[in-house]
Amino acid sequence: MEKRVTFKGWLLPLCLIAPQVFISAVFFFYPAGQAVWQSLFIPDPFGLSSQFVGLENFEYLLGDPYYRASFVTTAIFSTLVTLAAMIPALFLAVMADRLVKSARVYRTLLIWPYAVAPAVAGVLWLFMFNTRVGVIAWYLGQLGYDWNHVLNEGEAMGLVVVASAWGRISYNFLFFFAALQAVPRSIIEAAAIDGARFWRRFFTIVLPLLSPITFFLLVVNIVYAFFETFGVIHTITSGGPQQATTILVYKVFSDGFVGQDLGSSAAQSVILLLLVGLLTVLQFKYIEKRVHY
Amino acid sequence: MQKTAFGALLAATTALSPLAATAQTEIQFWHAFTGRLGELVAEQVATFNESQSEYSVNATHKGNYSETLNAGIAAFRAGEQPHILMVFEVGTATMMGAEGAIKPVYEVMEEANADFDPDAYIGSVKGYYTTTDGQMLSLPFNSSTPVLWVNRDALEGAGIDPDTDLSTWQNVDGVLDQLAEAGNDCPMTTAWQSWIHLENLSAYHDVPFATKENGFAGLDTELAFNGPVQVQHIAQMGEWAKEGKFIYAGRRNEGGANFRAGECALFTESSAGYAGIKAEANFDFDVRPLPYWDGVDGAPQNTIIGGASLWVMEGHEPAEYEAAAAFLNFLSSPEIQAKWHQDTGYLPITKAAGELTREQGFYQENPGTDVAVKQMTAKAPTANSKGLRLGSFDQIRGIIDEELEAVWSGDKDAQAALDSAVERGNQLLRRFERASN
Amino acid sequence: MATEITGMVEKRGMGLWLTHVAMIVGVLVIFFPIWLAFVASTVSQPEIVRPPMPVWPGDQFIENYTAALFSGVNVPVAVMLGNSLIMAVGIAVGKIIISLLSAFAIVYFRFPGRNFFFWLIFITLMLPVEVRIVPTYEVIAGFGMLNSYSGLIFPLIASATATFLFRQFFLTVPDELAEAARVDGARPMRFFWDILLPMSRTNIAALFVILFIYGWNQYLWPLLITTDPSMNTIVMGIKQMFPSGDDVADWPVIMATSILAMIPPVVVVISMQKLFIRGLVDSEK
Repeated sequence: MEKRVTFKGWLLPLCLIAPQVFISAVFFFYPAGQAVWQSLFIPDPFGLSSQFVGLENFEYLLGDPYYRASFVTTAIFSTLVTLAAMIPALFLAVMADRLVKSARVYRTLLIWPYAVAPAVAGVLWLFMFNTRVGVIAWYLGQLGYDWNHVLNEGEAMGLVVVASAWGRISYNFLFFFAALQAVPRSIIEAAAIDGARFWRRFFTIVLPLLSPITFFLLVVNIVYAFFETFGVIHTITSGGPQQATTILVYKVFSDGFVGQDLGSSAAQSVILLLLVGLLTVLQFKYIEKRVHY
Repeated sequence: MQKTAFGALLAATTALSPLAATAQTEIQFWHAFTGRLGELVAEQVATFNESQSEYSVNATHKGNYSETLNAGIAAFRAGEQPHILMVFEVGTATMMGAEGAIKPVYEVMEEANADFDPDAYIGSVKGYYTTTDGQMLSLPFNSSTPVLWVNRDALEGAGIDPDTDLSTWQNVDGVLDQLAEAGNDCPMTTAWQSWIHLENLSAYHDVPFATKENGFAGLDTELAFNGPVQVQHIAQMGEWAKEGKFIYAGRRNEGGANFRAGECALFTESSAGYAGIKAEANFDFDVRPLPYWDGVDGAPQNTIIGGASLWVMEGHEPAEYEAAAAFLNFLSSPEIQAKWHQDTGYLPITKAAGELTREQGFYQENPGTDVAVKQMTAKAPTANSKGLRLGSFDQIRGIIDEELEAVWSGDKDAQAALDSAVERGNQLLRRFERASN
Repeated sequence: MATEITGMVEKRGMGLWLTHVAMIVGVLVIFFPIWLAFVASTVSQPEIVRPPMPVWPGDQFIENYTAALFSGVNVPVAVMLGNSLIMAVGIAVGKIIISLLSAFAIVYFRFPGRNFFFWLIFITLMLPVEVRIVPTYEVIAGFGMLNSYSGLIFPLIASATATFLFRQFFLTVPDELAEAARVDGARPMRFFWDILLPMSRTNIAALFVILFIYGWNQYLWPLLITTDPSMNTIVMGIKQMFPSGDDVADWPVIMATSILAMIPPVVVVISMQKLFIRGLVDSEK
């Protein structure tokens, strides 16, 4: 996507972009580069000795059926989290947009989940769904439903998806709502006069206007689902039962941060980076074509 | 920490000599304890700081066990490491392999000419953290061992004599049957399944968990917990799970919430669960030794510990190591250990502390609190019951958890699950072996 | 369910009620965990650990919140709140400034290496801090930035979310505005200050909220780089209350502290809301 009207000069833009590039270089690329370099080694955690193994870490990983299975788990998990975080948020934002005055109370309540630190959110959901004693698990039990996410793979997946998406609903709501507020009233009013039904009008007229923000949220939510959910998974299921909720980045986290297997963890980061890099390029190249700026 | 800083300040001002204050050697101690345990640690540190004026310990909480270990590692790589670092027992092999990053406790003690007698420590506690030739690498700090917790009211409710013999799994089996027949819907649950039902099971029945003395004798160790004793036990538990007699509540100590709420009759969990159960249970409870399988040669041997130990890190000044030696010695003193043991349910690390506790009448007032100590010390540890020293052990436990879950849910039989866990775990051991060479 | 509604701007009758119902159901579901945390912060420990825990507040409010405010933490809650505030504002402001500038450069200029820089920046959307945490720690230690606000703030500014959002927004700004500015002979920075920045205020407000909360909720990074208790943040304070090993959690106090820690972000959201509502509504772009 390109702007047709641009300014001239190259020194000014370079100066403008310099701070971000500098910070990214020092605090992102250098450390990330170190991590990537480590993927060619089997190092000891303290950095005292390490053995160069070439691509062996990758061979080891890709030869492991459990690792390959976690690609599928990740795809399912990320899709579900993205949908569960975006669709309710859009729906609620549309509703809130219709209620100019009283919307304020709703909006204020809706934003609270986002104020819960992820480190605490996992605990909160586990607290509610703890097998048999968590308050929701208990009431489900009274209704005759035996909630057991520690052995039931579907329930485990459902629980980590909901717990991960929960705070993001608020996040997405905030952006969708802001974007809806920016849709010119005249467009909506014009559409209202011609009597088209609400949702059809919404999909044909309003949604295209929201496409830049939707695209932004899509990318950001997928990245979130891929990369920032491992804390919740660690707290609630530790990747189980069996490997039902072991997503790629959880394995990076648990092998590297918990298990101190830095070589394997670094190799997994590289694989992840390639995968998500590819995904992002695809998104920019194809999905963005459908975005109306 | 405020308390600590305040204590140090107090110590410095009461000395009333600026010289004494500046000459004080300060050392850093990073630990993983919060809440009640954190307060107890802060109290120990403050007592130490007030007890003398030469050294001052600055204790900092660095998150949970793995966060603390990572903080220590990151700090070491940047040359900012603390003097003393708390590491959980599964990190032992990682720390041991890090020659050049750690300074063995026996060396610290030797160089400081500290009055240090390794024989004063309880064999099966220190065994986990000593070399095969008996030299102590790290100081056991908080150690516990699994026991069987019994909800006496639940047994009575099912018409079972609450004092019934539960020392063997055969007896437990009978009681579980009765509980299930009486309509109890959680006859038994557990915490830390790998630690209790495989690691301790192996030690308790004197069968190897891994070759090479469970890893003590070499990095080329291989897992061996798919032997007949372990398979039989896991198969039996799988059977119980299928019949609704064993309720699986999660990989960590989630089962504790069920037991403390009075939902479950029997609970295999660490002896350190004592304080929590005492605080929250509104039923009559009892602590029993971990059951064993009658008929297995050598059973019951002794159980092994879990918990954390204190490692001294390399790269500091001799005077600071003296301070570290003084602090570790202080922590080992009978009074401090006896108090810690009584306050927390963790095991005392020295024999003297155990005796002091007995003299103080604690075991009489709190029946059952000595069960864990007896279970640990009844027999001298063998090569199979000293402890475990396996690299990447946290991940191996993760693999074991996955495979056991497959048994509990009926997806795999015990033999297949344990064979698979051994095979997958061995791959990790080989990687660890290469990283350490 | 809302097909009955006949006008998007209609605010009367059936449609209005249905909208309210939908909103209330949504809020109930989404707010329930917070409600439960609040309930847990007003009852006693035994009420929580014996199922089922109550779903209506109890009478221990004052006890639990007093305990949360005055005990069980390394430094006074006020200090931790102050540190969190500095860190969160630092991250939000820093990130907004550098992102506005770089997004402006990427969207409104053609310069050598533009594509390269574009991807360079966007790849930082990926790879969480935890994966590169040890090398990042080494960098910070090398700069002597352990136990400092700059050490808390800078590494977390290195992410492209905000740049990406501004790019998305700038692309929607009608070309005529830039064209007019160019015809008038306005310098690029003049256009940036006088036109682009005022138009971006909704997005700046939204981002400020998002980034403030992002900074506020950080846990692992502050934990690693602050060894001095006076640099602790509030989320560290909460996590420090969770027991390790086999100890039991003091739920009422943990929940009370969690609720306290939510208040500043929520206040930020509420005070920023005015900006969302006005936003671009009047300007009719």
